[in-house]
Amino acid sequence: MADLASAAGRRWHKPPLIKSPLLRWGLGLGVALYLAFAFGTTEVNWERVADGIPRGVRFISAFFPPDFVSRWDEIVDGIAESLWMTVISTVVGIALSVPIGLGAARNLAPRPVYYFCRGVLAVSRSFQEIIIAIFCVKLFGFGPFAGFVTLSFATIGFYGKLLAEDIEDMDPAQAEAVRATGAGWFQWLNYAVQPQVLPRMIGLGLYRLDINFRESAVVGIVGAGGIGATLTTAFDRYEFGSAAAILLIIIAIVMAVEYTSGYVRKWVQ
Amino acid sequence: MPVRDAGTARVWQRRERAQQLAIWACYLLAGMTFVLCWNLVSEKTIWAFVWDAHNQAGDLAARMVPPRWDYMEQLWWPIWDTLNIATLGTFMALVFAVPVAFFAARNTTPSRFLLRPIALFFIVSSRSINSLIWALMLVANLGPGVLAGIIAIGLRSIGFCAKLLYEAIEEIDEGQVEAIRATGASGPQVLAYGVLPQIMPAFAGITVFRWDINIRESTVLGLVGAGGIGLQLNASITNLAWTQVSLILLVIIATVVVSEWISAKIRHAII
Repeated sequence: MADLASAAGRRWHKPPLIKSPLLRWGLGLGVALYLAFAFGTTEVNWERVADGIPRGVRFISAFFPPDFVSRWDEIVDGIAESLWMTVISTVVGIALSVPIGLGAARNLAPRPVYYFCRGVLAVSRSFQEIIIAIFCVKLFGFGPFAGFVTLSFATIGFYGKLLAEDIEDMDPAQAEAVRATGAGWFQWLNYAVQPQVLPRMIGLGLYRLDINFRESAVVGIVGAGGIGATLTTAFDRYEFGSAAAILLIIIAIVMAVEYTSGYVRKWVQ
Repeated sequence: MPVRDAGTARVWQRRERAQQLAIWACYLLAGMTFVLCWNLVSEKTIWAFVWDAHNQAGDLAARMVPPRWDYMEQLWWPIWDTLNIATLGTFMALVFAVPVAFFAARNTTPSRFLLRPIALFFIVSSRSINSLIWALMLVANLGPGVLAGIIAIGLRSIGFCAKLLYEAIEEIDEGQVEAIRATGASGPQVLAYGVLPQIMPAFAGITVFRWDINIRESTVLGLVGAGGIGLQLNASITNLAWTQVSLILLVIIATVVVSEWISAKIRHAII
């Protein structure tokens, strides 16, 4: 009986997530040290923050109700520009990313082409859209053309990489079967590779359309056209009512695009 | 099998005629939309500037090399700020994302008709507004500085983390949860012992993934005044100090590559 009592007295403990106690405590200590150091060195002007609170309240109250009327024409213009930009940059970006994606697939391209294409993809992916947008505005002048180039370039990095990975993962047996019929290189591409990657790629294209619209709302901040320019102007003039209206419209459009693209993706796959 | 009669021979085709026509109609429609959009953008473009772009590019490239290496001394502090914005922003996002995710997941939400839609709306609005726009709003309200950047990154990441997390929660194995419940565990105990251990790997993966994205995003927040290396970038561009700009861009690439490497290593260790 004594055995049972002592056994019942022992409590079960959940096994820890990280097994090694040294690593566990070391990690905890490291995080604590980092947090202390980070908070210690972060300069926050609390007076300015306190000043900002009434303004923040005014901003939040501007959402009830948002002011759609006084800047309506500018808002419509900005949204339309964003939408045009989104469409053409997605189309052009995907069109350009197909050859680059083919070149970046290890099982398709010769080594030098492979490294070159991977390099292009890496450069396109490592910069934020907004930094590219700054340079495009510098080169092409203010307006939606700069935004179009920016978004197309960003699309190449995203789409090309995923296309290349999808081609690398394809079923080699099907490709070999088509090649065995004596198909030429383009026929091989068209009948062996394309049908295998197309359904997923259509889905990803729609997803990229979605991302491009979101980004098109941002590139306007540095002058590359679209609704972002209207939004920045509204903030600069402290017209919080109009800013709230623009934000709500952006959210509504993003939701609409996301739902339709999700629906189409389900239908395609 | 779709075949076409060509005189005496029968030729194989990939698709039936109706299907092929439908596909061509789709292409035509897409082409027309594209041309329409292109014309609208082209109307607002000053083409003289576009044709001049190669001169501008050459000029800019000439001004950007060589990078001004000694400017590096003034960059260490902004880099530290950038890292802090990304890391503390991720922390903040996680603190809020976990409850939101539990409210949003179909199998753990306390009320399906009230709290779940609210949580989902939170997630969508946080996700559809870019961190730069969040930063723009916060700088207008809280003033420029690192704090606005941290909150902006945090607000943007809540939706992202909560969405991935609630999808992970919905995919857990119900059998384990039921086993814990059968021992007579209370609601919080079921969450702690039945649900949490199952989503911990996903949680860690999401955290590192988002941290990596946040490093990228925090490099540009300074453009609207929210602290970090973007402030230096903006100042250098306005002063036309292109040799400094090229150095900053190199630093940004290096930071992004290092953070990507770290996050890949950690994710590899977890999964």
